[in-house]
Amino acid sequence: MTQPKDFGFDDDAAMLRDTARKFLADHLPTDKLHRLVAANSDPYRTPACDWDQNLWRQIVALGWTTVAVPEADGGMGMKLAALAGLAEEVGRAALPSPFIATALATLVLRECGSEPARKLLGEIATGRAATLATTPRSGAWEIDACAVRLEGGKLQGSAWFVQDARKADVLIVKAASADGIALCAVPVNSAGVDIVPDAIIDLTRDQAHVQFDNVAVAPDQVLAAPGKGAAALAAAEPALLTIIAADMCGAAEWLLQTTAEYARLREQFGHQIGYFQAVKHPLVNLMIALDQAKSLVYNAACAVDSEPERAPAYARMAKAAAADVAAYASNRAIQFHGGIGFTWECAVHLYTKRQKHNQMFYGDGSYQRAKLAELLMGAVGSGATVGYSSP
Amino acid sequence: MSEERSRDTPEQAEFRSHCRAWLTANPLPEAPVRLPQSAIEIMHTAQLDYLREWQRLAHAAGLIGCDYPVAEGGGGRKDCQIVANQEMQRAGRPFLPNILGLGMAAPTIHLHGTQTVRETLLPRLFSCADIWCQGFSEPGAGSDLANVQTFAERRGERWVINGHKVWTSLAHFADWMILLARSDRANKYEGMTYFVVPIKAELGRAVTVRPLIKITGETGFNEVFFDGLEIPDDYRVGAVGQGWQVAQTTLLHERGAGPMVTPSSGRGGDPDRQVADAYGLIDLARTSPRAGKTAADDPVLRDRIMQLIIRQEGSRQGARRARVPALCDHPQRIPLQAKLVMSEIRQDACALAMEIQGAASSFAFSDANAPDGGEWALGYMNSYGVTIAAGTNEIQRNILGERVLGLAKSK
Repeated sequence: MTQPKDFGFDDDAAMLRDTARKFLADHLPTDKLHRLVAANSDPYRTPACDWDQNLWRQIVALGWTTVAVPEADGGMGMKLAALAGLAEEVGRAALPSPFIATALATLVLRECGSEPARKLLGEIATGRAATLATTPRSGAWEIDACAVRLEGGKLQGSAWFVQDARKADVLIVKAASADGIALCAVPVNSAGVDIVPDAIIDLTRDQAHVQFDNVAVAPDQVLAAPGKGAAALAAAEPALLTIIAADMCGAAEWLLQTTAEYARLREQFGHQIGYFQAVKHPLVNLMIALDQAKSLVYNAACAVDSEPERAPAYARMAKAAAADVAAYASNRAIQFHGGIGFTWECAVHLYTKRQKHNQMFYGDGSYQRAKLAELLMGAVGSGATVGYSSP
Repeated sequence: MSEERSRDTPEQAEFRSHCRAWLTANPLPEAPVRLPQSAIEIMHTAQLDYLREWQRLAHAAGLIGCDYPVAEGGGGRKDCQIVANQEMQRAGRPFLPNILGLGMAAPTIHLHGTQTVRETLLPRLFSCADIWCQGFSEPGAGSDLANVQTFAERRGERWVINGHKVWTSLAHFADWMILLARSDRANKYEGMTYFVVPIKAELGRAVTVRPLIKITGETGFNEVFFDGLEIPDDYRVGAVGQGWQVAQTTLLHERGAGPMVTPSSGRGGDPDRQVADAYGLIDLARTSPRAGKTAADDPVLRDRIMQLIIRQEGSRQGARRARVPALCDHPQRIPLQAKLVMSEIRQDACALAMEIQGAASSFAFSDANAPDGGEWALGYMNSYGVTIAAGTNEIQRNILGERVLGLAKSK
């Protein structure tokens, strides 16, 4: 298969994105975001979960959570590029919400193909929020890394780094069994589920680890039967990486534009600081790296729909580029804001923290490049030894 | 590339078929001599004659100047040059020699020249009957191009040119030059006028061309001295004092950001070794010994190869995204990056290739032991031509910062 030239980003996708940009600018301008998530600066504060549930209800009503869900399952049936466009806007607004977590969950659910998965997609369309509980304490992102067991219809173990767990209604739990990896839908209020909030750096989301103690799983909660979960997760992985990367591109664009604006306002030595090439050139380097990352995001999104055989490599490229640009944008934004950039009152830290979180989430740049090298070059040691055997 | 065909307009689809049929039916004979890596390194008439014939044939078949009016020697088509370029590249044809004419003189003359100049000079430019060069830079006007001092003095209906141009690629073969000259010493930016200048006819009299030797040992660029060259006012392009504005059209196209697509057909160098592609580093690493294994087994080198492939793919996808307005907040943001990004990726890829080659990178392309024909090391040396030319990449960063991000102008 080959990709359409416009990345599948059609007029409807552009309209959805433009509406989202205006909606978020109107309802969650940066000063309001700061009041919402940064009211308490105490480093020892109780792990917070600050979000605007009214805004979330409107987002659900606008259909954002089912953009890439097939129409047959109650979704909008749009291309992944459309969801990437939305994720960019959500990143640009640093929106605290279960939007990204739920979007990632839908991308896994649509690969499960089971009745329970389709039923859950329908429930998400009406407002249930979901999140993936698929990572062990070690933070290994590999599909076979799992610390939850499914035996005799019961879940036992723990999942870590569960995003927006306290905003979610249902967990998509990866569990290992004698027959292989399974995926189960577990409502957050199920007996035996203990959601333990983590104190995290990013103020625009919450995170938790979840203990499963003999949690009963009925057959209609099995999204992917034992042995079928790994394939569903592998199929969804390029899309997950792409959407996380899109969030970072949106946030990086905010950091770029906000810092450029500051460089146009702030004067020293009789010049706007943007006059100095020590400021100007790194901002341009940031813009260039961001444009490459963004182009790779839409290429990967398009590949998921139109060129799936290349999607794994393209998604690694997108996540690698976006992770690096997220770090660079955050770094230059604080530095070029000077002293004010180092304060709690300047909104730059909200974005920096979100970016650092997403940079590492599902693997940073060097991790993605190692995976990409395996795809393009084969594993280390798979090449022939050359040159040394001849006398 | 059926992807391209599937999105063609009806005109493009019909034209693509024509290009393919013609290229298939008219194979090019093998080059009689080794070709340089690009047009600005053409040293010998044997190289030039071969390439010149290729451009003439391609123009006669309608593959050059496709989007220009028929009266100017073009094809009178819409958005077809890009199709011809894709097909010529796919067919593995070498580069077109009249690169400065095609890429800079033609769009400038088309957009600013008088009807007579357009209709007499452009057909000969496209067919390569005339070779063109660019007279912009001077010893005191590099990054600060508006400091040009070559003077055009008006005498009635004629102009007299005196001065010194430098880094003038192809001047040793050129018939014509696009010239940015000072016509008023009292005004910097408003004191320049733009001309087309016949230089070959006056060689050894009012025009002297002196070759410069590059770090590779190749020639290809020159100094040009004007000593009282007289030209008619008909050769002025744009109004007196408007030279800087006209030059912006030239510069925009030089950086790959102008409205007219430059005809381009491929690469030079060793035809069996396409080295400029970062993906080529993978094969190179697999065959390069390192620490008892191969360079492809070195995790650090693997990471660096992936970094370059990601940048290259990001830049390719950027060129694609630049044609999707809904995904571009600022229309010039990606086009203005093109030259900067392409040149730095190429430089870094060649430098990494040399590290991967290790000791073998010491062989020059003239040595039979050189891996990949020595093209990577030669490409590394040549890469500085592109990071410096057309406004250094430092100047490109100023332009991007000022025009796209709105930062204060650095003087």
